[in-house]
Amino acid sequence: MTTTKITIRRSATATSGSGRALNGPRLKGSGPERKKWGYTVLAVFFLAIMLFPVYWMINASLQPNGTTLETSWLPLKPDFTGYATAVSEQGGNLVTSLVISLGSVVLSLAIAAPAAYALAYFKVKGAGVVLFAILISQMIPGIVVANALYTAYNDLGLLNSVPGLILADSAHGIPFAILIIRAFMNGMPASVIEAARVDGAGHLRAFWSIVVPLSRNSLITAGLFTFLFTWSDFLFALTLTTTEAVRPVTLGIFQYIGAYVNDWSSVMATAVLASIPAIILLVAAQKYIAAGTTGGAVK
Amino acid sequence: MSLTTDLAQAKSRANIRAKARAKSGSETTPAGEASPSPRSRRRKHRERIYQWLFLVPAVIYMALFFGYPVVKNIVMSFQDYTTATFFTGEAPWVGLANYAKVLSSSLFSTSLVNTALFTLGSIAGQFVIGLALAIFFQRKFPLNGILRSLLLLPWLLPLIVSSAVWRWILDKDSGALNRFLGGLHIVDTGIPWLTSTSLALIAVVGVNIWIGIPFNLTILYGGLQEIPDELYEAGSLDGATGWKAFRHITWPMLRPVVSVVLVLGVVYTLKVLDIILGLTNGGPANSTQTIATQSYDLSFHEFKFGEGAALGNVLVVISLVFAVLYLRASRRSVDE
Repeated sequence: MTTTKITIRRSATATSGSGRALNGPRLKGSGPERKKWGYTVLAVFFLAIMLFPVYWMINASLQPNGTTLETSWLPLKPDFTGYATAVSEQGGNLVTSLVISLGSVVLSLAIAAPAAYALAYFKVKGAGVVLFAILISQMIPGIVVANALYTAYNDLGLLNSVPGLILADSAHGIPFAILIIRAFMNGMPASVIEAARVDGAGHLRAFWSIVVPLSRNSLITAGLFTFLFTWSDFLFALTLTTTEAVRPVTLGIFQYIGAYVNDWSSVMATAVLASIPAIILLVAAQKYIAAGTTGGAVK
Repeated sequence: MSLTTDLAQAKSRANIRAKARAKSGSETTPAGEASPSPRSRRRKHRERIYQWLFLVPAVIYMALFFGYPVVKNIVMSFQDYTTATFFTGEAPWVGLANYAKVLSSSLFSTSLVNTALFTLGSIAGQFVIGLALAIFFQRKFPLNGILRSLLLLPWLLPLIVSSAVWRWILDKDSGALNRFLGGLHIVDTGIPWLTSTSLALIAVVGVNIWIGIPFNLTILYGGLQEIPDELYEAGSLDGATGWKAFRHITWPMLRPVVSVVLVLGVVYTLKVLDIILGLTNGGPANSTQTIATQSYDLSFHEFKFGEGAALGNVLVVISLVFAVLYLRASRRSVDE
């Protein structure tokens, strides 16, 4: 494999001089303008197929309530009774999900950011072991964690509690947050931190007033994803709650569809409301995802 | 993706940082470097402890929420752990009885076959469609970036939301799919996608493919972008275009990324629970029951936590086999 790589590299350098000039119309070529728009049309077609379920969710959420046999293909007469039902029946669950997700973001960042700093900047003994453990943790099935946590939570009285769910749900976010923040901090100029340390700043000071502001974008990216992971959590909501006291919206939807459904518009309205964070992330986080990957090079 | 690039980065950065530190270290504490006096050694020691403190919360968390469950699950799998345990606090040691019972039940073979079919079907579909779309998006055309990022949406939606939407689309009587097929006169009567024992697994696999396409597309697209243009230019001089270019240039260059995508896909698909519970709840007649759903069922419906734990451990072992494959694959891609 290495030999092919070497030859490839040689040929790449050999042609790189003239390569730019004869950037032919093949593969990544610049065909005629009309052909390019043809590809756009094709891409929109693929996108339409892939996003049809999302459209259908929004369409069905706007249909009138009750036992309409057929959902019409277009929401020509949008009806918001589905949303009214959704808010009145699932509003509390949405708030529960929001509280748990925000709590999980705070906890995850508080744990992950210092850890990422230690892994990226200090040459801590055992860093490799920690990193390896994080990678392996991704292979552990959630049901195994839930099975053991249920018994422990039962003893500790953490079942049906917001703190219990925040702690458990952070298992989705913390390993990911450590990896993403660490990747960013790897690119952070060490000289800035060392300068602060020489000026007499303690470790905590240097971390809080230099490292955290510098890695703001990666913290936001990790926070957004952690929020989404926790918001989407279903397994821990399902296994670590036994009463109606604390009920995230994912579990609310599951209970809707667990029985025979005769009012799809309110189920779909709830589904739309539960999708809002994902849509916000897709629109807003573009910048931060890009910032997270390229920001490392900025001095 | 982040996992693999991470490993690669870690290696190269470690060297750079080691050099940088060696330099700055000799600047700040020249005396300490030259002849380690007891005082500077003590200071170094204290410095180490401070550095470790940054890592401690994460280590504790990982130990409590990943380490402890794994160990506890192994212990539970050798115990008769039921609801009674919560009251009496007693979980009699039963040795391998849980494993024997779980592995010999007729449902286990069903679940095992379903898990294999679900995983293979999902991965094959996600990968082929994801790769095809990734190659398509290599072309330069207007709005490419926006359209590609919008394709991520199915992946970002909560799985239970996707399950609910697909439940409605695949509904036998008034679901969108059957109405569409009926409108084209492909079928006369509604197809019971989720309620027929022969179709339910296919439908569940189909939905999971839909969810997994964006992930495969994103990572494979990233891998394709890494292949230098010059290779294709050199190839085209030798007459390698189209399929030939794909076979002799794209595929060999993409191989490391492909192996990572496939193994990660398998590990993630093996533990899928939300989608199956949301769509079919393992039914009809266990036709979509997998090892993960059956483990959930044993623990949280039949309250046989010991047996649920045993089955969960079987799943861990299967995942670990692929984890080893993954680590070998990612190490190879780092070495290359």
